[in-house]
Amino acid sequence: MGSYLLRRLLVALPSVLGISVVLFTVLALAPGDPFEELATNPNVPAEVRAMLRIKFGLDDPIWQRYFRWLGAMLQGDWGFSFISRVDVDKLILQRVPVTLAVIGASQLLALLIALPVGIYSAAKPYSWFDRIASTLAFVGFSLPTFFTGLLLILLFSIKLDWLPFVFRSDISETGAQWWWQQLRQSIMPVMVLGLFQGASWTRYVRSAMLDVIRLDYVTTARSKGLKERVVVMKHVVRNALIPVVTLVALQMPAVFGGAIITEQIFRIPGIGSLLIDAILRNDTPVIMAVTFVFACLVILFNLIADLLYGWLDPRISYR
Amino acid sequence: MEERAVRKLIENVRVGKLPRRSFVQKMVALGISAPMASMMLMHAGIAQVVNAPVYKPAKRGGGGALKVLWWQGATLLQPHFAAGTKDQEGSRIFYEPLAVWDNEGNLVPILAAEIPTRANGGLSADGKSVLWKLKKGVTWHDGQPFTADDCVFTWEFARDPATAAVTSGIYKDVKVEKVDSHTIRVNYSRATPFWATAFVAAEGMIIPKHLFAPYIGGKSREAPNNLKPIGTGPYKFVDFKPGDIVRGEIYNNYHMPNRPFFDSIEMKGGGDAASAARAVLQTGEYDYAWNLQVEDEVLKRMEAGGKGRTHIIPSGDIEFIQVNPTDPVAEVDGERSSIKTKHFAFTEPAVRQALGLLADRKGIQEFIYGRTGIATSNFVNNPPRFRSPNTKWEFNIDKANQLLDGAGWKRGADGVREKGGKKMKFVLQTSVNGIRQKEQAVIKQACQKAGIDLELKSITAAVFFSSDVANPDTYGKFYCDLQMYTTTMTQPDAERFMDQYLTKEVSSKANKWQGRNICRWQNAEYDRIYAQGEGELDPVKRAALFIQLNDMVVNDGVVIPLISRPRVRGAALNLVTTLSGWDLDFGQLQNWYREA
Repeated sequence: MGSYLLRRLLVALPSVLGISVVLFTVLALAPGDPFEELATNPNVPAEVRAMLRIKFGLDDPIWQRYFRWLGAMLQGDWGFSFISRVDVDKLILQRVPVTLAVIGASQLLALLIALPVGIYSAAKPYSWFDRIASTLAFVGFSLPTFFTGLLLILLFSIKLDWLPFVFRSDISETGAQWWWQQLRQSIMPVMVLGLFQGASWTRYVRSAMLDVIRLDYVTTARSKGLKERVVVMKHVVRNALIPVVTLVALQMPAVFGGAIITEQIFRIPGIGSLLIDAILRNDTPVIMAVTFVFACLVILFNLIADLLYGWLDPRISYR
Repeated sequence: MEERAVRKLIENVRVGKLPRRSFVQKMVALGISAPMASMMLMHAGIAQVVNAPVYKPAKRGGGGALKVLWWQGATLLQPHFAAGTKDQEGSRIFYEPLAVWDNEGNLVPILAAEIPTRANGGLSADGKSVLWKLKKGVTWHDGQPFTADDCVFTWEFARDPATAAVTSGIYKDVKVEKVDSHTIRVNYSRATPFWATAFVAAEGMIIPKHLFAPYIGGKSREAPNNLKPIGTGPYKFVDFKPGDIVRGEIYNNYHMPNRPFFDSIEMKGGGDAASAARAVLQTGEYDYAWNLQVEDEVLKRMEAGGKGRTHIIPSGDIEFIQVNPTDPVAEVDGERSSIKTKHFAFTEPAVRQALGLLADRKGIQEFIYGRTGIATSNFVNNPPRFRSPNTKWEFNIDKANQLLDGAGWKRGADGVREKGGKKMKFVLQTSVNGIRQKEQAVIKQACQKAGIDLELKSITAAVFFSSDVANPDTYGKFYCDLQMYTTTMTQPDAERFMDQYLTKEVSSKANKWQGRNICRWQNAEYDRIYAQGEGELDPVKRAALFIQLNDMVVNDGVVIPLISRPRVRGAALNLVTTLSGWDLDFGQLQNWYREA
């Protein structure tokens, strides 16, 4: 496995470089000037805009800008946002805790829903529980998040006035109060995202379980006299979860990317909203940094997923 | 209105026959902004009577937290690098200028001890210099005293091309000299009728010399105080996350007594206008929300909750339609809508007039804008109580039909008018915005009844309002027959607003479509009168000239003014604010308080 790992890492490096070249070229060629808001302001003379472009090196040829960016990246300097004039890594780090907390929690919630519901549905297929769960799952991933988000806001914030709907990343209380306030404001976005994700995972878990549950060794286990619960949990689930684990591992980079729509609705200062703002304002350094990190995470988690799969399933060998 | 008539009005104000307020409103009806009208009176020696806003709290602090929602969050806190009003508002919490504009168009001193006038020797007779006396005893948030050196430094900082400050346009043409520790003189190269630009309002915020001095010119972006502002304002800096949140806490040595009322301020960004309105008007989670571009019906429903209400503040912004005199389809030298071409229909005055008659302003105001818009016929604002004698609007489909028939545009078999083989099929474009799409539908309906077929196009705002050279859908390119949007009056002086119709500002490929004259109107007479107004020192003569310019543009039919758009803000019921349509929302933040 060691050589497999090494080989994969060696292949990953050029992939990452290739991705960065493509990203950079696309952004450089895309029309859009980060200083265009200034262009429409009559009080800002044209020389100021020209000066800003020179300062940020926007008029240099693409390859020069790319190598400048690459060199800086390797030295740990992730660049300087054109729009907020702040270091990009500071911008991203400001948003990472909130993103991990809210989006991470929603993925956890999705898992907590998907696993029990999926396992039970598969254990008793076509029962009432299974039928209701499947219907709810279909409804869950058919309804878009902006719709469910607004529904929840209208119900819990406006009608019932139980929960705040504007996310505050700076709650002034401390201790237990802080946790309580954090819970109150996070519960809606986490539910919106978690239920959406959980709905599709439920179906996946269920079908993975059904694939395994009809295999011969399960019948053998039952005929050995083991209790149904032990058969399902110890023998079926472990094997059925292998594809599910890889699926979850591949979803992990999405946590970093945030959930753009939900972040907009609830005003959560996550990385998704940072990315969309940067795209709309043509803030190239921020876009580069965020998408590059995202690309690296995708490659990393792909690798992890492959390794996990091989480790969990002894039938897979590395070549 | 002639100059003589205006002078007579001023005399009436002086002897007390006409209230100052009525004079200002009359001027506004004619297209002169309130600050300009106020300057006219000041020039004539009539002292401005500033009604001090009611401020009840008897001590500083104790008001709790002030939470405000700006659905476009501030991205930086240096006023001289601000890319838009959101950044200026964020900076204004901490920094202050010498004076601000109130809602009546008066200058209110903040860091200035008094407003310069001819009577107190502040304004020179030749109009070339202004003497500002600074308030004594003002300190920066770090305890250092505020002096004239800071003003002179701000001027040098902003005018330096290496700094690339967005405010440099104002500061590069003046010279500021220190007279003594609390007095400065601003010198203009030529007689400047509208002198209240340097150190006034949003572009006039003063930065501390002792903190920014090591970071001038090319090093200006490295100043740590760009992100941690230290100003003279009512709140001290606590925290800033670009695009997300700005936090400040009360400054106990603020230079005005008993102010500020609130112990802390939090300015949250992100989201959209409708949810911001909800957070203030329905759930009461926030105290104040900026720019509620939401339909009035929806706002009214939210207000029924009883937690907040909408404030409508008149300003100079105007929603209007531009009529393209050039051909948007033919490509000449790599550009469409080139001034070398002519539009097949819109070069006829009768057609332009007919179009003007097809805009149902009343319907649009009543059913779409409600309180948040006022039908107008002037390019430069119009309150409903006064009608301008020079321009008027009319909605008359029959008359439009008659005009078009008379001009030779006959209806074809499909009901669409045509002449010389060309049909009246036009494209009307605007940005994606619920209200705008409704306006488009109303206009299309009326046009249909007159035999004009309108194709409606909507472009996402981030693209429409951008200045992308490569994108054909920007408003600067105007690659269609008609377009509609709101042009904002960023400064109270009409000079910067009316330059949108100068021949030299025509938007074209040569200037990367960044010329201000997007509707490509060319008129030698207009250029001549504008040049006259630029150098005219007498504010009354100047006002008369600008009224003339407004009338020219509107009567020619090249633009169809629709709705004068006041600012719409949402505030909690018990929040008392001092809002002005001529300055930033936070222009008088120190006076905000909550009623018990």
